[in-house]
Amino acid sequence: MINNLKIALPKGHLLAQTSALLKRAGWGLGGYHEQTRFYRIKSGGFPRLSARVFHERDIPIQVAIGNYDLGICGLDWIEELLAKYPSSALLKVKNLRYGEGALYVAASPAEGVSTVEEVRAKPGTIRIASEYPNLAESFALNLRLRRFGVFPLWGAAEVYPPESADLALVSGTTEELSLYGLVPISRGLNVNAFLIANRDSWKAKNMNEIMSSVEKALIPESVRPRPAGEKHPPMPEIQYPAEEAAKDVVRLALPDGHQQSPTLRLLNKAGIRLDDYPSAAGNRRPTADLPGVTIKVIRPQDMPLQVANGNFDLAITGRDWLREHLYQFPSSPAKELVDLKSGKVKIVAVVSQDLSVADVRDLRELNAERAAPLRVASEYVNIADKYARDNHLSLYRVIPTWGASEAFLPEDADLLIENTQTGQTLARHNLKIIDTLFESTACLIGSSKRISSSIKRESTKSIIKILRMAVEEI
Amino acid sequence: MSPEEMARFRLIEGTFRDCCLKWGYKEVRTPTLEYLHLFTSTGTLTPGMLGKVYSFLDWDGWSGERVVLRPDGTIPVARLYIDSMEGEELAKLFYIANVFIFEATGKKTRERWQCGAELIGAGSLSADAELVMLALEVLKQLKLEGIELRLSHAGLIKALLAKLGLSAEEQTRMFDRILDGDTEVLAKVKLERPELGKTLHSLLELKGKSAEFAKKLKALFAQDLPEFKPYIDGCTNIAELLEALGCDYQIDIASGRGFEYYTGVIFQFFKGEEKIGGGGRYDALIPLMGGEDTPASGFALYLDRLMNLVKPEALAKPSEQSILIRAEPQAAKEGFRTAARLHEAGYRAEFYLGVQEPADFDWTLDIQSKPPKFILTDQVKGQKVAAKTMNEVLKLVKR
Repeated sequence: MINNLKIALPKGHLLAQTSALLKRAGWGLGGYHEQTRFYRIKSGGFPRLSARVFHERDIPIQVAIGNYDLGICGLDWIEELLAKYPSSALLKVKNLRYGEGALYVAASPAEGVSTVEEVRAKPGTIRIASEYPNLAESFALNLRLRRFGVFPLWGAAEVYPPESADLALVSGTTEELSLYGLVPISRGLNVNAFLIANRDSWKAKNMNEIMSSVEKALIPESVRPRPAGEKHPPMPEIQYPAEEAAKDVVRLALPDGHQQSPTLRLLNKAGIRLDDYPSAAGNRRPTADLPGVTIKVIRPQDMPLQVANGNFDLAITGRDWLREHLYQFPSSPAKELVDLKSGKVKIVAVVSQDLSVADVRDLRELNAERAAPLRVASEYVNIADKYARDNHLSLYRVIPTWGASEAFLPEDADLLIENTQTGQTLARHNLKIIDTLFESTACLIGSSKRISSSIKRESTKSIIKILRMAVEEI
Repeated sequence: MSPEEMARFRLIEGTFRDCCLKWGYKEVRTPTLEYLHLFTSTGTLTPGMLGKVYSFLDWDGWSGERVVLRPDGTIPVARLYIDSMEGEELAKLFYIANVFIFEATGKKTRERWQCGAELIGAGSLSADAELVMLALEVLKQLKLEGIELRLSHAGLIKALLAKLGLSAEEQTRMFDRILDGDTEVLAKVKLERPELGKTLHSLLELKGKSAEFAKKLKALFAQDLPEFKPYIDGCTNIAELLEALGCDYQIDIASGRGFEYYTGVIFQFFKGEEKIGGGGRYDALIPLMGGEDTPASGFALYLDRLMNLVKPEALAKPSEQSILIRAEPQAAKEGFRTAARLHEAGYRAEFYLGVQEPADFDWTLDIQSKPPKFILTDQVKGQKVAAKTMNEVLKLVKR
């Protein structure tokens, strides 16, 4: 029997080597390269095979839920899924022997801990920051930490210790760790690229031909070149605020990524000069001519949780991410202080043009008639979950995504909760908006908890004031 | 659980309660939702068990700390003791509670019920023996036969692992594996390490019953491994006492399935190959959780497994007489009033809903709007009697 096969392929750091491997294997995936603008590619070598390009983190989930028969991604993301869902329908089929790396539990020497024993002996709750929250929890359990909390992150875990977290679980090399000013406490997991399969597809479908093509294309262990150590631009020395002054210092979080330029414009307008933001060297601790303020650059997605935790006093993020946080934690102290009015997007519910659905009521009726659960894909899992709940979409499941969500419809999801500026990208992907949830702009957020230091209270107030004035001028 | 299963459940629960109360234990109840950190530090639950708990972020969990559906009954009771009973020199507590553990095959239930008893503050041989006797008494009352008691000792297993020359971390890992039920661990080590002495070999294979065996054990170790003496004593002393009490047991060192918090004797109850309960001494748990240095021991019987073993004849039939009330539509009010009177008088009385079979009841009582108001039918004898008043009815059903 001839079955069609679908494979999920990675973007990012594994792309070049995966593409080279599949070329040697004769798959004929012409569109799969660094500059690719296509998400779906047909195989020239194996007519019944088609591929789709994903963020690496999406791949184990897509294979486990059966949207894809095969996938290629790093072992870190496979184990991250299995740590939480050990009975996932996921098979590790083949170690592809490239993309080597490791996960480390790391701390800052400034914290005075460099061994597991020292971490264990620390009083209070050990805070662990990581893009791998499930693995972080397993590590904490295995290290027998008495009491711990895990901050799930979208990125930049390395910048959290020592002030914003005690430990970070990060992927990289020991050299990279030392560049970040961190020391490894425990080496967690050796990471390699893996070929994975959905368990049911593996049993039901004939994959011999495809498997042997990959087998033949693998570079033998003996002739593999050792990866040369990458060169990194030197990082500026990290200056931590002195301990006794720390309680008076305002900790400000600024966004990385595409929100950097509007943020910089606004801060400049407010008369604040920043040094090394955005940073070409990847420096995440820029300085400003604001006395009594320290700055860290983190992901806007992670900011509301960090403000709720008291790790930051002020942060510039989007209202969408604040809502996402508040839907998960309704009594959180994180709140909007100033609407910065830039980066306006709408958060919308989106379906394929091909679906004869005009609004959410149609969708509810359609969903009531089908047996399979409605697949709701979103970067905003809590907003998506609440939307599905509030609209009584009876049987549904939320599939978390990490970017390029518009390419999920129609094959890999039925409904998308996504942000859009003009709607053009959605239209280009043959999608239509059936509902608008809310509008989001950049905003300054802070905590509703009272600040005990009067010095800090005054500095916070003055920052809020100058930002509010800068916004009104625009 | 179906009504039939609930009947089994209540029988076991009731038997357990009665036995505990007679031994002077008091019932407690702890929260279903607990903080995960109660269960995480070394010496509480093994990472193997913690990997299967239902933990999640609460609605105010932005600190990243998790809460958990109680995976064990003892630790919450220890917390209750520390929080609100620590002044009491001796606390004898029991509970009937559900615990939640993920089970990957989906064949077993993930919500399990336990009957547990904890004896906090005594820390003596008699205390451990009392718990074993209490557990056996419950099983006897439930008319379960062929119960096997297996004895082991957490201290002895730990000392053994130390003797094997493993690193501290390896020792902990192997101890955890033994506790999680891997009975092969010690046997494998033995194969891999032929240089181990003869005594150690024999200890790994330790299995046997009777006080004679215990005596031999003592002699063997006093000579070759004197540092094991306290643990061997801990194991054999309770064995001797149980033997004196006419209790059958088997010593099986390698089978120490249980909780990481055990420090002393471990006892397990089996019916055939199925474990139906277990317990042990846990002197370190209360100080570990921030309480004072307090010895303790306890056990739990697995209610779900006992439910399958209880024989139908052990299920008590409801002793009260049952009456089915059939009222004419005009007499419905009178019918409900009659039901209430019968309930007060201690009878089981049901209102006829058009479905019940009269043959399933001792009596049927027809209520009419015209006299005679009541017609009582004895379903057993098939006799009909008329009655004018409620009092007459009550007199008639009082056989």
